[in-house]
Amino acid sequence: MVPLSNYLVLGGILFCLSMAGIFLNRKNVIILLMSIELMLLAVNLNFIAFSHYLGNIEGQVFVFFILTVAAAEAAIGLAILVVLFRNRHTINVAQLDTLKG
Amino acid sequence: MGTEQIIFYFFAAVLVFAGSMVVTVRNPVFAALFLVLAFFTSAGLWLMLEAEFLAMTLVLVYVGAVMVLFLFVVMMLDINLAPLQEGFIKYLPVGALVALLIVVEIAMVVGPRFGLDKIPNPVGHAADFSNTKELGRVLYTVYVYPFEIASAILLVAIIAAIALTLRRSRQSKYIKPEQQVFVKRQDRVRLVSMTAEKKQ
Repeated sequence: MVPLSNYLVLGGILFCLSMAGIFLNRKNVIILLMSIELMLLAVNLNFIAFSHYLGNIEGQVFVFFILTVAAAEAAIGLAILVVLFRNRHTINVAQLDTLKG
Repeated sequence: MGTEQIIFYFFAAVLVFAGSMVVTVRNPVFAALFLVLAFFTSAGLWLMLEAEFLAMTLVLVYVGAVMVLFLFVVMMLDINLAPLQEGFIKYLPVGALVALLIVVEIAMVVGPRFGLDKIPNPVGHAADFSNTKELGRVLYTVYVYPFEIASAILLVAIIAAIALTLRRSRQSKYIKPEQQVFVKRQDRVRLVSMTAEKKQ
């Protein structure tokens, strides 16, 4: 049997990879969105591992809701991206400074 | 090393490889395809954890819908890739360092020496156990209210995505109903009083 900590360490590695992806690809909005998806995947892996090893199905219910919200977030994020590209002709984060924030 | 461990380490290696390729590859199309590989591999891991319904959902919803949407957008946008790669090398040391530090910290906390090995390995369910039925039983009784909220969130997402990207075509001419309702007779009809003309 694979112990629980193996799954948790795997989830941690995946989470940190996607965090490094946000560090590295800070100009590219598409890769940033993909990194967020990867982060949510790592969190879901932890939820399901705990749900299996503690014998409690409610972790899977949480993963169900996370999947729902992540799908909604991806759809709206990509819609914003398309509108952004239509108006500004770039997806470079460094050039999206109209708000002067 | 048993078969299950070999399968786990193989899937874990593929997952870490796919994840690192997603964040390092230059072309966003390849990044999306490696993300598909990552989702597929984690669906395999979720099957090992006896979460069959969610594994199938991951493949259907994520690989089938969300990643196709990603690929569609990536291919539709005509992106100049060169300026987007700026700073990759510059931020590589600090990004790798922070990620490595957090991995080490997480591994120290959730690693085998911290008491997590006290959790016993669960007994597998019988062959006729239905994960979908069990999940649905909880989802439609205890969590029915969050379930409704989730459906409302999906509806909001649909409407928001359409409203954001909808572009009215300029060719079609149409009447604004709210203005048409308020039209009065005086706006359209002008009565002109004329003297009657003689018959020629």
